[in-house]
Amino acid sequence: MSQVLLYLLAKVKKLILHFKKQNKMKEIMTVYYMEAKSARVGGRKVAWITSGGPVEPLIAMDVIPVYPENHGAMIGASKMGVGLCETAESMGYSTDLCSYARSDIACATVNGGPIGGLPRPDMLVCCNNICGTVLKWYEVQARYFDVPLFILDTPFCHVGFAQEAKRYVRKQLDEYINFLEKVCGKKMDHDRMKEVGKLSLEGQRLWQAVLDTTANRPAPMSAFDAFYHLALIVTLRGTPVVVEYYTQLLAKMKDRVAKGVGAVPNEKYRLLWDNIPIWPRTRWLSQKFAAHDACLVADTYTSAWCGTMKYIDENNFFDSMAEAYTRIYLNIGVDEMARIVIGMVDKYRVDGIVMHSNRSCKPYSLGQYDIQRIVEKERGIPSLMIEADMVDERSFSESQVATRIDAFMEVIKQRKS
Amino acid sequence: MLTEFHDALKDPAAYGKRLKEEGGRKVVGYFCSYTPEEIIYAAGAHPFRLFGAGDGIHLADAHFQSYCCSLVRGALEGALAGRFDFLDGVVFPHTCDSIQRLSDVWRMNVRGHFHLDVVLPVKLNTDSAKAYMTDVLEKFRNDLERKLGTSITEDGLKKAARTFNDIRGSLKRLYELKSENPGIVSGADLYAVVKASMIMDRDRVVRLLPGVVRELEKRRGTGEGEEGKRLVLAGGICNHPDVYRVIEEAGGVVVWDDLCTGSRYFEEVTEGGGSPVADLAGHYLARPVCPAKHSGLYARAERLVEIVKEKRAAGVVFLFLKFCDPHSFDYPYLKKALDEAGIPSMVLEVEDRLPSEGQLTTRFETFVHMI
Repeated sequence: MSQVLLYLLAKVKKLILHFKKQNKMKEIMTVYYMEAKSARVGGRKVAWITSGGPVEPLIAMDVIPVYPENHGAMIGASKMGVGLCETAESMGYSTDLCSYARSDIACATVNGGPIGGLPRPDMLVCCNNICGTVLKWYEVQARYFDVPLFILDTPFCHVGFAQEAKRYVRKQLDEYINFLEKVCGKKMDHDRMKEVGKLSLEGQRLWQAVLDTTANRPAPMSAFDAFYHLALIVTLRGTPVVVEYYTQLLAKMKDRVAKGVGAVPNEKYRLLWDNIPIWPRTRWLSQKFAAHDACLVADTYTSAWCGTMKYIDENNFFDSMAEAYTRIYLNIGVDEMARIVIGMVDKYRVDGIVMHSNRSCKPYSLGQYDIQRIVEKERGIPSLMIEADMVDERSFSESQVATRIDAFMEVIKQRKS
Repeated sequence: MLTEFHDALKDPAAYGKRLKEEGGRKVVGYFCSYTPEEIIYAAGAHPFRLFGAGDGIHLADAHFQSYCCSLVRGALEGALAGRFDFLDGVVFPHTCDSIQRLSDVWRMNVRGHFHLDVVLPVKLNTDSAKAYMTDVLEKFRNDLERKLGTSITEDGLKKAARTFNDIRGSLKRLYELKSENPGIVSGADLYAVVKASMIMDRDRVVRLLPGVVRELEKRRGTGEGEEGKRLVLAGGICNHPDVYRVIEEAGGVVVWDDLCTGSRYFEEVTEGGGSPVADLAGHYLARPVCPAKHSGLYARAERLVEIVKEKRAAGVVFLFLKFCDPHSFDYPYLKKALDEAGIPSMVLEVEDRLPSEGQLTTRFETFVHMI
């Protein structure tokens, strides 16, 4: 009954959204979660998918994609991470494990968190291009929910993308479609898939264009804004709503650039952020840096959802997905990551780098010290390493981080004067 | 009888150096029991497994955070300190996120030997994964040929498969003998044999092991007396031979294991039938799975429960390396499977050093008394 109400409410809200053309993030996400939670009423299937996974085939099959990692970020941002992590620990999961995984695994059993838990999945789609953790996490959930699990295994590209890896991933895309057809009980509409591919690429281009606007001085938005606007390219990539939203956002940012309006009122110093945000502390960090007239103008995280466009063939999205999804930022060697960081340092003309050494994310964090050294050597800019966690606040010491930020900003200021 | 194995373990690097100088053979270091060491052996080189340094880690701290496991930090420490300078090359098979980054950081910071990644599939139970595994091993063969300036023949690969099958077969036999007559050899001795078999000259190992088997067969029926509580040790790499002694002193005895430096390494052999590389691929797909790889949702728990039942063990001791994600993720489900089968278990999480002996003894004694 409650599902039916939710379903009808979602329909009405969607209609209002359509006519108002407001496209406010909150409304889009609310409708999205309401639709997902009442999927059964609408006769639709729900798939849980990793943030770096190929969502386009799901959209083409009219499956609602749900992202436990996005959920983890919401849990972190709403400061509910510690409680859920503790629940997971009481279930036997080590405190050293990824806090997205811990909070999601716990949430599934108690239907807690900011949105009362995620809708039950009909299937799980795990792409290990972001880490090995998602494999274990999805195994846990596949056992818990007793639903089919598809693993897209994207071999790690230490120094390039090997031919045999390309063949393997391409073959698995066919297996992925077979899996979806079996679970959904219907055939893939390949014309629809092409449309979704076009929309996905369009969304990625627009998102990159939005991020590009921060190359301007002052930057019209900061990385903290990007963390917020990111939600759509992650969750609804391949749908028109993303294209519409980022088109409007881009226009807004261009307008701010034209008028010289910056995200930080008196932008003097420009910084680059590395790693996943410290979700429970984004506001605090944003204010802390703004108080130093510093704007975090770009980051390595939000650009990951449009970082492999060069591998996508506009006219053959499906085939080219194999390479685009395998060569994402976290699935490449540390030296290649360092080159990308240097590219961003130049593009956004930053004065320093703030690195979040994230206990929860080994593929992102192990290697940061080397990236730090390479960038310092090649571009001569200072960097700050913050030891924390993306969700679990127990790993965050406010006074310590504040002191380190103040000291770091002193260095930046002296260098600029 | 076991002196040679113990000696090799006292200073593995010295052993590797000596082998290189005296045997004139190239030495190739590797991590993880998924490395296809048969191919290294078939290239005429010596496969030399690398373990964590164990003692003080300083140099590696400039590269890896404290939440990286001691195996990875310790291995990098060894490399940066020049302890592995004698190696001609190092092979990194794809396993976990940390080994993956170890490969990058090693490639970027350690000079003097060749560096090869073997990017194995993570899922092992599909046809495409099988084809990919074969491709990857074939590529590894070509890469090694180029790096070592040699050719790896079909016959060489077949001989390698036989040699390693013989080694694995003997190790399995030793475990069986121990399981049937726990008193005939100490856990630490058996551990030394398995671990040294990953370091020592394999032609030597394959000749020595049957002698050890015969010796243990002779000892059957002797060493009777009080038998400890039968336990299974489960986890990743065991770098702590003392664990066996402390367990024995606490009234337990390890009668089998599910370890990377144990049964997961030797329990299956390479079956013939196809091309040598395809056969090897088949072996690495079918051997007992490591938690960093996927071979079905219940494979590991089923195997663990089966081991306990088959070896008539009274309980399981999980031995985990701190910050080892794959093993930590599997623990709750393995524990649940054991609970449901009425099998008691305990966990010991270790960083680079064991907890104090007193503490360890108390924990094992409590567990042994409880079961």
